[in-house]
Amino acid sequence: MDSVFYSRVLTELTLTFHIIYATIGVGIPLFIFMAQWMGIKKQDEHYILMARRWTRGYIITVAVGVVTGTAIGLQLNLLWPTFMQLAGKAIALPLFMETFAFFFEAIFLGIYLYTWDRFKDQKKHMLLLIPVAIGASCSAVFITMVNSFMNAPQGFEMMNGEFINVQPLVAMFNPAMPTKVAHVLATAYMTAAFILASIGAYRIIKGSNHIYHKKALLLTIKVGLVFAIASAIIGDFSGKYLAAYQPEKLAAMEWHFETEEEASLTLFGVLTNGDEIKYSIEIPYALSILAHGNPTSKVLGLDQFPKEDVPPLYIHYLFNIMVMIGMFVALVALIYIVGNWLRKKFVYKKFFLWTLVTTGPLCMLAIEAGWWLAEVGRQPWVLRGILRTEDAATTSNDVDIMLYLFIGLYLLLGIASVIVLIRMFKANPIERELRDREGGE
Amino acid sequence: MSYELIGISVLWLFLFGYIIIASIDFGAGFFNAYSLLTRKNHIISNIIQRYLSPVWEVTNVFLVFFFVGIVGFFPSTAYYYGTVLLVPASLGIILLAIRGSYYAFTTYGKLKSHFWTYLYGFSGLLIPASLSIVLTISEGGFIDNTSAGLSLDYVALFFSPLTWSIVTLSLTSVLYISAVFLTWYANEAKDEQATALLRKYALIWAFPAIITAGGIIVELRVHNELHFQNMLNVWWMFLLSGILFAATVYLIWKKRNYGVAFLLLIGQFLIAFFAYGISHYPYLLYPYLTIAEGFTNEGMAIALIIAFIAGFCLLLPSLYLLLRLFLFNKNYVQGKIK
Repeated sequence: MDSVFYSRVLTELTLTFHIIYATIGVGIPLFIFMAQWMGIKKQDEHYILMARRWTRGYIITVAVGVVTGTAIGLQLNLLWPTFMQLAGKAIALPLFMETFAFFFEAIFLGIYLYTWDRFKDQKKHMLLLIPVAIGASCSAVFITMVNSFMNAPQGFEMMNGEFINVQPLVAMFNPAMPTKVAHVLATAYMTAAFILASIGAYRIIKGSNHIYHKKALLLTIKVGLVFAIASAIIGDFSGKYLAAYQPEKLAAMEWHFETEEEASLTLFGVLTNGDEIKYSIEIPYALSILAHGNPTSKVLGLDQFPKEDVPPLYIHYLFNIMVMIGMFVALVALIYIVGNWLRKKFVYKKFFLWTLVTTGPLCMLAIEAGWWLAEVGRQPWVLRGILRTEDAATTSNDVDIMLYLFIGLYLLLGIASVIVLIRMFKANPIERELRDREGGE
Repeated sequence: MSYELIGISVLWLFLFGYIIIASIDFGAGFFNAYSLLTRKNHIISNIIQRYLSPVWEVTNVFLVFFFVGIVGFFPSTAYYYGTVLLVPASLGIILLAIRGSYYAFTTYGKLKSHFWTYLYGFSGLLIPASLSIVLTISEGGFIDNTSAGLSLDYVALFFSPLTWSIVTLSLTSVLYISAVFLTWYANEAKDEQATALLRKYALIWAFPAIITAGGIIVELRVHNELHFQNMLNVWWMFLLSGILFAATVYLIWKKRNYGVAFLLLIGQFLIAFFAYGISHYPYLLYPYLTIAEGFTNEGMAIALIIAFIAGFCLLLPSLYLLLRLFLFNKNYVQGKIK
């Protein structure tokens, strides 16, 4: 039916747009906190200023994150009423806790923003950031729990198409939860780090040679590298989770057609005629290692699943994009840190700075690819093994019109937020702000 | 008290909280835009901005809290209301999104333009209208339940006097609540000009608000006989609410105790809101869905209530801190500190 298609497109559109701002929303408070902490510890005005400037940009992204988050929250009910009626009985708890975390963050962010000069002691002001950062991360944790329930539903019994004997905590702490939550958090911090690094690198290219930018670069890239490595390790655990609990997703994303032992990993490649792989690189044993940690173990292939339960095979491309970007960014970060430590000149040469500029946008692309992979990889189920997507959508006939309206809205918000952010920082570069502050004190 | 009664009471209280703070917010945006139009913005814009800035995000959370809570406690509402509300609720989301983000863009991003002030101010008036449709629908008579699924009868909805009464009520009370609050706030700020202007607005909007509220009771007599009868059973609550209304207007008229006046106004709306809710019992959506039918399982209900209490232990002190730092801080209100 048409409304199923449009509901899927509209949900995907809203989430794709929301994720950009939500990822920044989860990651940046950590960095604002670190900058302010270092500023107080080192008695260095530059770091305090860093916290201020990041906060100013952050508030713009938060605003868009809040309103698009409200949109997706309501759209879940509007577009997937049958799903919410059924699943609400098992996942209402984490959804509810997510709003609490969000509430908590909203209150303290408001206070933080308006008390820059209220306290004599900067440490007091810094303490306000802890609930902001905790609230932001907790809402990511809780909402990811909801999503992992959709991948690995448990904590209830089915009777006549209804959930009975629901155990909310068992539903929350499902097998998909640990890897998903950890991966979401690590990649959000990583992405935030490299977005801030991109901005710093860009300012240096544009002629601002101030020590401030170098401090910012070193701080963000160091932390970014730690989280890039963490993301990769958690990604490996996710592979093992999939092999054990969602083998059809793993088989589809790795183009693993036949069940075999000593399975090799297919990198890149193009799929033709449905099952012929061309131009790929095979790494022997790697898939067995990824799936079970043992080069000779057996990995289930797509031959083991009925055709109607297999997700679309294009998710292989998404997987490649995500992993390649992760590797590339980690490598660039490592080169920068080592080069900076050895005082090599090349790290501030234009070609390398431009490479740094690409890391932020690339990370965001990887986040999107990763979410598309996770979500499309669950098709055709909305609740894996229980409720098919086509049975969950609304029966309303107006979804297409709403889709066009929301496209307009997101275009408007996207363009406006970018314009506002650029204007904010172009009009007030760091040199000027430092001068103004000295003049004022 | 049964779990479903606890659930609906808490949610009703939350909806009330949203209505009050959202009214202040929507009304403030409107008065700000209106004062710009009539070139009186130099009088009240500062007062409004100083109040709105730290709390705009919190206002939004109240709404999210309510709809997540109602789906949590009563998952069947997702099916009934979710299916039929696609268009009105989507329009509401779009308006809220434009409003919320442009507030942030203009305040923090210095996107100064009269166009946005007008957009912000006037869109605020459309939001209560698009959201109050839910109250109309809950009275029954606007949903077709056929084998193809549920659908909203837009024609009946558009031509029903009940719809327009509820829309008018939401508009007038938004302006009334907001004006009373801002009068108090401006008075705290020792801003006499702003106080005088806002006091005038409060008095202007008081009577349309009370008249439409009365009108709805009459409409219901025709539209939903059962609800009307139930309302008569709690007539004393409506009477009490009316007395509080009279007391509020008296204090404002006499230019006395604006703080008390605002508290009385909260009391007036709280009592009327609960009287309306109690008389709507036991229906969530007349006549398809009752509270008992729509309720979640016991395990989830207990978990939600525990989460709620735990969450509140965190929230109440934080909200108190927010109010102490901004709303109840004389130096901040008077603009002596940022």
